[in-house]
Amino acid sequence: MVHFTADEKAAITSIWDKVDLEKVGGETLGRLLIVYPWTQRFFDKFGNLSSATAIMGNPRIRAHGKKVLTSLGLAVQNMDNLKETFAHLSELHCDKLHVDPENFKLLGNVLVIVLSTHFAKEFSPEVQAAWQKLVIGVANALSHKYH
Amino acid sequence: MVLSAEDKNNIRTVWSKIGGHGAEYGAEALGRMFVTYPTTKTYFPHFDVSHGSAQVKAHGAKVADALAKAASHLDDLPGTLSSLSDLHAHELRVDPVNFKLLSQCLLVTLANHHPADFTPAVHASLDKFLASVSTVLTSKYR
Repeated sequence: MVHFTADEKAAITSIWDKVDLEKVGGETLGRLLIVYPWTQRFFDKFGNLSSATAIMGNPRIRAHGKKVLTSLGLAVQNMDNLKETFAHLSELHCDKLHVDPENFKLLGNVLVIVLSTHFAKEFSPEVQAAWQKLVIGVANALSHKYH
Repeated sequence: MVLSAEDKNNIRTVWSKIGGHGAEYGAEALGRMFVTYPTTKTYFPHFDVSHGSAQVKAHGAKVADALAKAASHLDDLPGTLSSLSDLHAHELRVDPVNFKLLSQCLLVTLANHHPADFTPAVHASLDKFLASVSTVLTSKYR
Protein backbone atom coordinates (compact mmCIF):
# COMPACT_ATOMS: atom_id res chain seq x y z
CA MET A 1 0.00 0.00 0.00
CA VAL A 2 1.26 3.47 -0.85
CA HIS A 3 2.05 5.69 2.10
CA PHE A 4 2.12 9.46 1.83
CA THR A 5 4.08 11.49 4.37
CA ALA A 6 2.55 14.57 5.97
CA ASP A 7 4.76 16.74 3.75
CA GLU A 8 3.64 14.93 0.61
CA LYS A 9 -0.02 15.30 1.57
CA ALA A 10 0.49 19.01 2.25
CA ALA A 11 2.25 19.46 -1.10
CA ILE A 12 -0.64 17.78 -2.89
CA THR A 13 -3.50 19.57 -1.14
CA SER A 14 -1.85 22.99 -1.37
CA ILE A 15 -1.98 22.67 -5.15
CA TRP A 16 -5.31 20.84 -5.33
CA ASP A 17 -7.14 23.55 -3.41
CA LYS A 18 -6.34 25.99 -6.20
CA VAL A 19 -7.11 23.76 -9.17
CA ASP A 20 -9.93 24.79 -11.49
CA LEU A 21 -11.37 21.33 -12.26
CA GLU A 22 -12.84 22.23 -15.63
CA LYS A 23 -9.87 24.23 -16.88
CA VAL A 24 -7.15 21.84 -15.73
CA GLY A 25 -9.22 18.73 -16.45
CA GLY A 26 -10.13 19.87 -19.93
CA GLU A 27 -6.57 20.89 -20.69
CA THR A 28 -5.12 17.64 -19.38
CA LEU A 29 -7.46 15.41 -21.36
CA GLY A 30 -7.04 17.58 -24.46
CA ARG A 31 -3.26 17.40 -24.25
CA LEU A 32 -3.42 13.61 -23.78
CA LEU A 33 -5.34 13.28 -27.04
CA ILE A 34 -2.92 15.61 -28.86
CA VAL A 35 0.41 14.35 -27.51
CA TYR A 36 -0.60 10.67 -27.69
CA PRO A 37 -3.09 10.62 -30.58
CA TRP A 38 -3.76 6.90 -30.26
CA THR A 39 -5.65 7.67 -27.05
CA GLN A 40 -8.35 9.20 -29.25
CA ARG A 41 -9.53 5.62 -29.81
CA PHE A 42 -11.66 5.95 -26.68
CA PHE A 43 -13.33 9.13 -27.86
CA ASP A 44 -14.68 8.34 -31.33
CA LYS A 45 -18.13 9.58 -30.35
CA PHE A 46 -16.94 12.86 -28.89
CA GLY A 47 -17.21 14.97 -32.02
CA ASN A 48 -14.49 16.97 -33.73
CA LEU A 49 -10.97 15.79 -32.82
CA SER A 50 -9.45 16.69 -36.16
CA SER A 51 -6.83 19.17 -34.90
CA ALA A 52 -5.21 20.41 -31.72
CA THR A 53 -7.44 23.51 -31.86
CA ALA A 54 -10.56 21.38 -32.36
CA ILE A 55 -9.61 19.11 -29.45
CA MET A 56 -8.83 21.92 -27.02
CA GLY A 57 -12.05 23.71 -27.99
CA ASN A 58 -14.24 20.61 -27.88
CA PRO A 59 -16.81 21.11 -25.11
CA ARG A 60 -17.38 17.36 -24.65
CA ILE A 61 -13.68 16.80 -24.08
CA ARG A 62 -13.63 19.67 -21.63
CA ALA A 63 -16.59 18.27 -19.75
CA HIS A 64 -15.10 14.81 -19.67
CA GLY A 65 -11.79 16.19 -18.48
CA LYS A 66 -13.63 17.86 -15.62
CA LYS A 67 -15.28 14.52 -14.76
CA VAL A 68 -11.93 12.75 -14.72
CA LEU A 69 -10.31 15.40 -12.57
CA THR A 70 -13.26 15.41 -10.16
CA SER A 71 -12.56 11.71 -9.61
CA LEU A 72 -8.97 12.57 -8.88
CA GLY A 73 -10.36 14.65 -6.01
CA LEU A 74 -11.39 11.33 -4.49
CA ALA A 75 -7.75 10.36 -4.54
CA VAL A 76 -6.68 13.56 -2.80
CA GLN A 77 -9.22 12.89 -0.04
CA ASN A 78 -8.31 9.21 0.29
CA MET A 79 -4.57 9.06 -0.21
CA ASP A 80 -4.22 6.30 2.36
CA ASN A 81 -6.80 4.12 0.72
CA LEU A 82 -6.45 4.42 -3.05
CA LYS A 83 -7.13 0.80 -4.01
CA GLU A 84 -10.43 0.63 -2.16
CA THR A 85 -11.43 4.12 -3.29
CA PHE A 86 -10.98 3.25 -6.97
CA ALA A 87 -12.16 -0.40 -6.89
CA HIS A 88 -15.43 0.31 -8.63
CA LEU A 89 -13.87 2.63 -11.22
CA SER A 90 -11.21 -0.01 -11.85
CA GLU A 91 -13.87 -2.59 -12.69
CA LEU A 92 -15.62 -0.08 -14.91
CA HIS A 93 -12.45 0.77 -16.85
CA CYS A 94 -11.74 -2.93 -17.36
CA ASP A 95 -15.15 -4.44 -17.99
CA LYS A 96 -17.03 -1.64 -19.71
CA LEU A 97 -14.51 0.88 -21.02
CA HIS A 98 -11.71 -1.56 -21.94
CA VAL A 99 -8.96 0.97 -21.30
CA ASP A 100 -5.35 -0.27 -21.27
CA PRO A 101 -3.95 0.81 -17.87
CA GLU A 102 -0.93 2.26 -19.65
CA ASN A 103 -3.23 5.17 -20.49
CA PHE A 104 -3.62 6.03 -16.79
CA LYS A 105 0.14 6.57 -16.60
CA LEU A 106 0.11 8.76 -19.69
CA LEU A 107 -2.74 10.87 -18.30
CA GLY A 108 -1.01 11.19 -14.93
CA ASN A 109 2.18 12.47 -16.53
CA VAL A 110 0.28 14.97 -18.66
CA LEU A 111 -1.56 16.23 -15.55
CA VAL A 112 1.77 16.83 -13.78
CA ILE A 113 3.00 18.83 -16.77
CA VAL A 114 -0.20 20.91 -16.87
CA LEU A 115 0.13 21.64 -13.14
CA SER A 116 3.73 22.69 -13.78
CA THR A 117 2.56 25.30 -16.33
CA HIS A 118 -0.08 26.66 -13.94
CA PHE A 119 1.84 26.65 -10.68
CA ALA A 120 5.36 27.53 -11.83
CA LYS A 121 7.35 28.65 -8.78
CA GLU A 122 5.23 26.58 -6.42
CA PHE A 123 5.81 23.42 -8.44
CA SER A 124 9.15 22.57 -6.88
CA PRO A 125 10.85 19.19 -7.35
CA GLU A 126 9.38 18.03 -4.02
CA VAL A 127 5.87 19.07 -5.05
CA GLN A 128 6.31 17.38 -8.42
CA ALA A 129 7.53 14.22 -6.67
CA ALA A 130 4.45 14.12 -4.41
CA TRP A 131 2.15 14.54 -7.39
CA GLN A 132 3.95 11.89 -9.47
CA LYS A 133 3.54 9.55 -6.50
CA LEU A 134 -0.18 10.33 -6.34
CA VAL A 135 -0.83 9.85 -10.05
CA ILE A 136 1.07 6.56 -10.18
CA GLY A 137 -0.83 5.46 -7.07
CA VAL A 138 -4.11 6.27 -8.81
CA ALA A 139 -2.96 4.51 -12.00
CA ASN A 140 -2.12 1.39 -9.99
CA ALA A 141 -5.41 1.55 -8.07
CA LEU A 142 -7.35 1.88 -11.33
CA SER A 143 -5.63 -1.18 -12.78
CA HIS A 144 -5.93 -3.25 -9.61
CA LYS A 145 -9.22 -4.94 -10.49
CA TYR A 146 -8.28 -5.81 -14.04
CA HIS A 147 -8.65 -9.39 -15.04
CA MET B 1 7.91 7.83 -35.18
CA VAL B 2 8.79 10.66 -37.50
CA LEU B 3 9.38 14.32 -36.71
CA SER B 4 7.20 16.37 -39.05
CA ALA B 5 8.23 19.74 -40.45
CA GLU B 6 5.97 21.33 -37.85
CA ASP B 7 7.61 19.32 -35.05
CA LYS B 8 11.07 20.41 -36.19
CA ASN B 9 9.94 24.01 -36.32
CA ASN B 10 8.47 23.79 -32.82
CA ILE B 11 11.63 22.19 -31.44
CA ARG B 12 13.93 24.80 -32.98
CA THR B 13 11.70 27.61 -31.72
CA VAL B 14 11.73 26.26 -28.17
CA TRP B 15 15.50 25.96 -28.20
CA SER B 16 15.90 29.53 -29.34
CA LYS B 17 13.64 30.63 -26.47
CA ILE B 18 15.68 28.62 -23.97
CA GLY B 19 18.61 30.81 -24.94
CA GLY B 20 21.37 30.70 -22.35
CA HIS B 21 19.24 28.88 -19.77
CA GLY B 22 20.04 25.41 -21.10
CA ALA B 23 22.49 24.47 -18.36
CA GLU B 24 20.15 25.75 -15.65
CA TYR B 25 17.22 23.76 -17.03
CA GLY B 26 19.36 20.65 -17.51
CA ALA B 27 20.41 20.79 -13.87
CA GLU B 28 16.86 21.43 -12.73
CA ALA B 29 15.55 18.46 -14.73
CA LEU B 30 18.17 16.19 -13.22
CA GLY B 31 17.34 17.51 -9.75
CA ARG B 32 13.66 16.87 -10.32
CA MET B 33 14.45 13.38 -11.57
CA PHE B 34 16.56 12.45 -8.52
CA VAL B 35 13.83 13.63 -6.13
CA THR B 36 10.89 12.18 -8.05
CA TYR B 37 12.47 8.91 -9.16
CA PRO B 38 15.05 7.95 -6.53
CA THR B 39 16.06 4.79 -8.43
CA THR B 40 17.75 7.06 -10.98
CA LYS B 41 20.32 7.96 -8.33
CA THR B 42 21.77 4.47 -8.66
CA TYR B 43 23.57 5.68 -11.77
CA PHE B 44 25.27 8.46 -9.83
CA PRO B 45 26.74 6.90 -6.68
CA HIS B 46 29.80 9.08 -7.16
CA PHE B 47 27.74 12.30 -7.20
CA ASP B 48 26.50 14.66 -4.56
CA VAL B 49 22.88 14.75 -5.75
CA SER B 50 21.59 17.24 -3.19
CA HIS B 51 19.97 20.56 -4.19
CA GLY B 52 22.45 22.94 -5.74
CA SER B 53 25.17 20.36 -6.17
CA ALA B 54 28.01 21.53 -8.40
CA GLN B 55 28.26 18.07 -9.96
CA VAL B 56 24.56 18.10 -10.87
CA LYS B 57 24.94 21.60 -12.33
CA ALA B 58 27.87 20.46 -14.46
CA HIS B 59 26.11 17.34 -15.59
CA GLY B 60 22.94 19.29 -16.36
CA ALA B 61 24.99 21.51 -18.64
CA LYS B 62 26.34 18.43 -20.46
CA VAL B 63 22.84 17.04 -20.97
CA ALA B 64 21.58 20.44 -22.16
CA ASP B 65 24.44 20.81 -24.66
CA ALA B 66 23.73 17.38 -26.12
CA LEU B 67 20.03 18.22 -26.50
CA ALA B 68 20.84 21.58 -28.07
CA LYS B 69 23.11 19.84 -30.56
CA ALA B 70 20.35 17.34 -31.33
CA ALA B 71 17.84 20.17 -31.73
CA SER B 72 20.02 21.81 -34.36
CA HIS B 73 20.57 18.58 -36.30
CA LEU B 74 17.07 17.19 -36.40
CA ASP B 75 17.57 15.70 -39.84
CA ASP B 76 20.26 13.36 -38.62
CA LEU B 77 19.83 12.41 -34.98
CA PRO B 78 21.56 9.00 -35.29
CA GLY B 79 24.64 10.58 -36.85
CA THR B 80 24.74 13.54 -34.49
CA LEU B 81 24.31 11.42 -31.37
CA SER B 82 26.40 8.46 -32.53
CA SER B 83 29.21 8.76 -29.99
CA LEU B 84 26.76 9.41 -27.14
CA SER B 85 24.85 6.37 -28.31
CA ASP B 86 28.06 4.30 -28.10
CA LEU B 87 28.76 5.70 -24.64
CA HIS B 88 25.32 4.80 -23.30
CA ALA B 89 25.42 1.32 -24.86
CA HIS B 90 28.88 0.21 -23.88
CA GLU B 91 29.85 2.17 -20.83
CA LEU B 92 26.94 3.85 -19.07
CA ARG B 93 24.35 1.16 -19.84
CA VAL B 94 21.52 3.15 -18.31
CA ASP B 95 18.39 1.02 -18.41
CA PRO B 96 16.10 2.31 -21.18
CA VAL B 97 13.22 2.99 -18.76
CA ASN B 98 15.19 5.88 -17.28
CA PHE B 99 15.15 7.92 -20.47
CA LYS B 100 11.38 8.31 -20.06
CA LEU B 101 11.86 9.46 -16.48
CA LEU B 102 14.37 12.16 -17.44
CA SER B 103 12.20 13.14 -20.43
CA GLN B 104 9.21 13.67 -18.12
CA CYS B 105 11.32 15.90 -15.88
CA LEU B 106 12.67 17.85 -18.85
CA LEU B 107 9.12 18.50 -20.02
CA VAL B 108 8.03 19.56 -16.52
CA THR B 109 11.01 21.94 -16.34
CA LEU B 110 10.35 23.52 -19.73
CA ALA B 111 6.62 23.80 -18.99
CA ASN B 112 7.45 25.41 -15.68
CA HIS B 113 9.67 28.14 -17.15
CA HIS B 114 7.87 28.75 -20.45
CA PRO B 115 4.18 28.08 -19.76
CA ALA B 116 2.94 30.44 -22.47
CA ASP B 117 5.11 28.79 -25.15
CA PHE B 118 4.30 25.28 -23.98
CA THR B 119 1.19 24.88 -26.13
CA PRO B 120 -0.28 21.40 -26.69
CA ALA B 121 1.30 21.24 -30.16
CA VAL B 122 4.72 22.24 -28.79
CA HIS B 123 4.28 19.76 -25.93
CA ALA B 124 3.62 17.01 -28.48
CA SER B 125 6.66 17.96 -30.59
CA LEU B 126 8.96 18.05 -27.56
CA ASP B 127 7.67 14.70 -26.32
CA LYS B 128 8.42 13.22 -29.74
CA PHE B 129 11.85 14.87 -29.83
CA LEU B 130 12.86 13.49 -26.44
CA ALA B 131 11.50 10.06 -27.38
CA SER B 132 13.51 10.16 -30.62
CA VAL B 133 16.69 11.14 -28.77
CA SER B 134 16.04 8.36 -26.24
CA THR B 135 15.58 5.83 -29.04
CA VAL B 136 18.88 6.85 -30.64
CA LEU B 137 20.72 6.71 -27.31
CA THR B 138 19.50 3.17 -26.66
CA SER B 139 19.75 1.96 -30.26
CA LYS B 140 23.07 0.15 -29.88
CA TYR B 141 22.21 -1.59 -26.59
CA ARG B 142 21.83 -5.00 -28.22
